[in-house]
Amino acid sequence: MAEFEPKIIVFACNWCTYAAADLAGTSRVQYPPNAYIVRMMCSGMINPSYVLRAFEDGADGVIVSGCHYTDCHYIDGPVKCDAMFAKLKRLVHILGLEDERLKREMISTSEGTVFARVVREFVSELKRLGPSPFSSLRNSRKEKAVA
Amino acid sequence: MDEPRIGVFVCHCGINIAAYVNVPELVEYAKGLPNVVHAERNLFTCSEEGISAIKRGIKEYNLNRVLVASCTPRTHEPLFRAACEDAGLNKYLFEFVNIRDQCSWVHMREPERATEKAKDLVRMGVAKARLLEPLEEIEVKVAPSALVIGGGVVGMEAALNLARQGFDIHLVEKEPELGGTLRSVYKLFPTNQEATKLIKLFVEQIEKHPKIKTYLSSKVKEVTGFIGNFDVNLDGKGGASKFNVGTIVVATGADKLKPVGQYGYGKMSNVITQLELEERMKKGEPLGQNVVMVNCVGARIPERTYCSRICCMTAIKNASLIKESNPEARVWILHRDLMTYGVDFEKYQRRAMEMGVRFIRYSLESPPEVVGDGKVERIKVYHELWGKDIELPCDMLVLTTPLIAGEDNQDISKMLKVSLDEFGFFLEAHLKLRPVEFAMDGIYICGSARWPTDVAEGISQAFAAASKAAGPLRLGYVKPEAINAWIDEDKCSGCGICELLCPFQAIELQPRDDRRVSHVSEVVCKGCGTCSAACPSGAIIMHHFTNEQILAQIEALFS
Repeated sequence: MAEFEPKIIVFACNWCTYAAADLAGTSRVQYPPNAYIVRMMCSGMINPSYVLRAFEDGADGVIVSGCHYTDCHYIDGPVKCDAMFAKLKRLVHILGLEDERLKREMISTSEGTVFARVVREFVSELKRLGPSPFSSLRNSRKEKAVA
Repeated sequence: MDEPRIGVFVCHCGINIAAYVNVPELVEYAKGLPNVVHAERNLFTCSEEGISAIKRGIKEYNLNRVLVASCTPRTHEPLFRAACEDAGLNKYLFEFVNIRDQCSWVHMREPERATEKAKDLVRMGVAKARLLEPLEEIEVKVAPSALVIGGGVVGMEAALNLARQGFDIHLVEKEPELGGTLRSVYKLFPTNQEATKLIKLFVEQIEKHPKIKTYLSSKVKEVTGFIGNFDVNLDGKGGASKFNVGTIVVATGADKLKPVGQYGYGKMSNVITQLELEERMKKGEPLGQNVVMVNCVGARIPERTYCSRICCMTAIKNASLIKESNPEARVWILHRDLMTYGVDFEKYQRRAMEMGVRFIRYSLESPPEVVGDGKVERIKVYHELWGKDIELPCDMLVLTTPLIAGEDNQDISKMLKVSLDEFGFFLEAHLKLRPVEFAMDGIYICGSARWPTDVAEGISQAFAAASKAAGPLRLGYVKPEAINAWIDEDKCSGCGICELLCPFQAIELQPRDDRRVSHVSEVVCKGCGTCSAACPSGAIIMHHFTNEQILAQIEALFS
């Protein structure tokens, strides 16, 4: 059987983390192709339902990432993101997902290598954890539907 | 809105994408996605040929959505949006899929998986594109005036340039006189012109220009607003001032590093920095017969990895000036690498060598050592070519130190909502494509505030920043992005959470019939979307980033 390849959704703010991911590209820093960026204007606009939907649909891990506290294009988006994230973390726990599957990061425009490292480390961590309990549930549901 | 008809344009970017992602396969894949009626590939979608392919596609296939899969929206979205507009398609019906910076360039060793990821990304993009809606931009008037922060030669040049174009300029300098860093410099390389004469030339023009108002011993205290309409509050010796400007130029320069504790600086009387040397030369003070200079003190070290660029030439200039005034003096420059780029600088260094300035290379691992009691008497250095330690007699040790980020940068960055780099210098929007602009609209950067620059470079940047800053002023209006929040008044319960959270005070509760509902000012709203994420009634729609659009992207990845 092929090695398990986790799927990761990264909610990235347009000004910092999205730009950091671009910088990783222009600097040709290599990382595994498991992460998919969904571009947001600000980490403060990330609605908890986006993250829950990602897990429901089969994400093995989710990263919520924006600017550092002092860099925010919209003054204090990261603070608002933190408040949302704390609640989300509890929800995800109640739902029975391992805490490690949801990550909060702050990656600035100049931190291309940090972005690559975060993805690289998250991929190996998720490989250790195995597929998300939700995605296996979803797959068995799919199979039943086909049968 | 009619049934979506999506056109997908996949860019090879020469070999930058096509060498790692199978582009023909990706195009075939895109053709099978829902609502995609046309898909093609271009060698460079951003070339004239690629742009006409988009315009032709829109006409020929009656497209009402366009998706380009290529480099990154951060550099090329405006170009493709403009192509859509030219072909009569609302520019917000364009979607960008990043398959270069975030795919081909970072998965170069796994072309098959990179191709699969690119397909996933295009599928996600198509899912969002199906739900895009046309948006209209409003026009905002621009005040025909600008604020220039920093009264060094770079700031003065920017101010003069803008004033000559007919705009009212407010020039703010924190020191009691204009001139900036150059006030402590003796002569300028490569012409050996006296710095004070250059400053005088600028100050005279500034003083007699009717369009420039100068504020000395003043600091910008608060800036609110947006491009076209910044409200500025100053704190100064002459009291507080308040004015309104359309654009802002940051020319705050840099600070000088004091190398306390290094090579006896601060403890031994004959250890000084290059700038202190210049002060002495200006006054004609004696320097002694033997002068040793050490370059890269505090620069290009693990804690401060950058090269300060101007220091090699500063050392060579000062060494040459010493030899000029006293040919019998012996001058050594101990350096790591020597940055004397270009025609004039290389010639200048050769001249210094011919005059008898001696250059000795040292490495970071074995830096020069100071020998002496109470004052420097000799300098011990490992001579790489001779392969042994040598000792140089030393009456004066001059340390060449880097420029460092200005101490006010943190405050200014917060006030203007612009970014700093890892060393605390200001960070431009794009190194190559937008080198004198900030990501924040209407604010521009030039000179050593961005990174250490010499006078000629700083002045070129001042011209560039001034012409960029003049653009919106001359046009008289700007059209801010229509990516902003919209309130569904029927759903709004008037709880006021959004009003509380909005970082720009763009939301206000207003009376409607017998209740109160939120109202968003389109001009002030910057489109961060915080309000929409927090609204308990789901009454706020973030244009271009609606819940439906984002959830569709997520769903598409796993479908």
